[in-house]
Amino acid sequence: MKPLNDVITACPPSGIRRFFDIAAEMDDVISLGVGEPDFVTPWRIREAGIYALEHGYTTYTSNAGLPELRKLICAELATRYDADYAWDTECLITTGVSEGLDLALRVLLNPGDEVIVPEPCYVAYEPCVAFGGGVPVRVATRAEDGFAIDAAAVEAAITPRTKAILIGSPANPTGAVQPVAALRALVRLAEKHDLYLISDEIYDRLTYDGVHTCLGAVPGARERTVVLGGFSKAQAMTGWRVGWICAPAPVAELCVRVHQYTMLCAPHVSQIAAVEALSAADGDVREMVADYDRRRRVFVKGLREIGLDCPEPGGAFYAFPSIRGSGLDSETFAERLLKAESVAVVPGNVFGPSGEGHIRCSYATALPQLEEALVRIDRFLHSL
Amino acid sequence: MSGDVGSDTVREILELLERDSTLSHDTIATMTGLPVAEVTAQIRAWEASGVIRRYKAVVNWDAVEGADAGEVMAFIDVAVLPARGVGFDDVAQRISRFDEVRSVYLVSGGHDLRCTVVGSNIRAVSDFVSRKLSTIDRVQATATHFVLATHKQDGDNFAEPDPDHRLPITP
Repeated sequence: MKPLNDVITACPPSGIRRFFDIAAEMDDVISLGVGEPDFVTPWRIREAGIYALEHGYTTYTSNAGLPELRKLICAELATRYDADYAWDTECLITTGVSEGLDLALRVLLNPGDEVIVPEPCYVAYEPCVAFGGGVPVRVATRAEDGFAIDAAAVEAAITPRTKAILIGSPANPTGAVQPVAALRALVRLAEKHDLYLISDEIYDRLTYDGVHTCLGAVPGARERTVVLGGFSKAQAMTGWRVGWICAPAPVAELCVRVHQYTMLCAPHVSQIAAVEALSAADGDVREMVADYDRRRRVFVKGLREIGLDCPEPGGAFYAFPSIRGSGLDSETFAERLLKAESVAVVPGNVFGPSGEGHIRCSYATALPQLEEALVRIDRFLHSL
Repeated sequence: MSGDVGSDTVREILELLERDSTLSHDTIATMTGLPVAEVTAQIRAWEASGVIRRYKAVVNWDAVEGADAGEVMAFIDVAVLPARGVGFDDVAQRISRFDEVRSVYLVSGGHDLRCTVVGSNIRAVSDFVSRKLSTIDRVQATATHFVLATHKQDGDNFAEPDPDHRLPITP
């Protein structure tokens, strides 16, 4: 047989997979390894989806997505973040941020172009860059800096082949929110070296201290920035697969071109549910965000009380404590914790080399479960 | 804070307690970012002033083994002739004093008061309505609705919760 695609063959399977297999075999596991909300989609949104099904909205939509939804997204970005996008030429609906990221990279990259990826970062960033024909170039961030991106380190990684910088803020796995100063510095770098910026803002609403900054609204960023967002996290709609891209018209137009051939459109029912999410479910979102914030405070305090150093997570629903004091590497720590105390966490190294020495703990879990998990982790630490 | 119920954080404490009164003051303090002493002082003040009336559990009696012989509940709508100076208040208070009466609301619509009444069986509630409630001065009519099953109460849905469909570990 002829060999399969070299790039995909060379891409290792996600490090999360092994832990999934172990955890799936066990009973009574408290999982802090889940990267999605523990809330189900608010009923009013589900009900809108049911209504759409009942009334036969089972067809394609236009490639770019329902105009009503795109108008709502652009209006929301304008009022919430002062970001200015034209719904008809600069916004398209995708099947989640995952597709949005894939589209953006395919549209921006030529074979061999380099994309700077500050890490630890979401597990899909590097593979998606590679699938888009690019070469991911890691830049380390450090817990001591709150995982803020250091513009000087990024600049040192820039070569003539560098095409873009890909960031996520608030971030999976660290929960870090990039300071506005760091974002501005990145924009200045992008201007100086004529780079694109790809900004994954799926956790925008899950920002607990202050207000999220949309990268597309930072002065100088708009013409070179692709903003990715969606409904999976704040609206608890992971399984509906609906997200969006906002980008300058030439970029958005090419994203629609790829999307029309590969995906056609995001699911019609999901788009109608998303309309309800934006037009009528803000109260539900605010309640869920307040609830995550309370759990965040209790859980992070609890981690620190049992002796784990934990950088303050300003967003998303992850804590990324250091487990260096245990003397174990993060993979050994996670595996032994799972087997000894039935608590599933994700080892930090799967998110990049700078994640080594940390574990990702999702607090998208009921408070009593979080409290029990803390008791078990404490017992595990004492057993070492 | 001293009872400034207008502030968001103060309101949040009350909402937290209304949802789960077993939360410790320490946890509430962590959740809201306030010092524990301040949380405790505020809650004590509310308890003293009657803002917080008491702490209780939401019980799904339908799920209690052998609870068939327990209480029955009825919603009773009461039409009342209002009186000068007191409106419906005196009648509402008179009804409220009965132990069988769990709640009394002044409502809009076809009747004036909506009451929740419990009794050991249907006969007991019926007797209460015919002998006590209907005979109060200025009570003109009653309409009794017996509760057959409770689906949701005080924000708690009594249906079996859906299982967590999430995979144990996801990126």
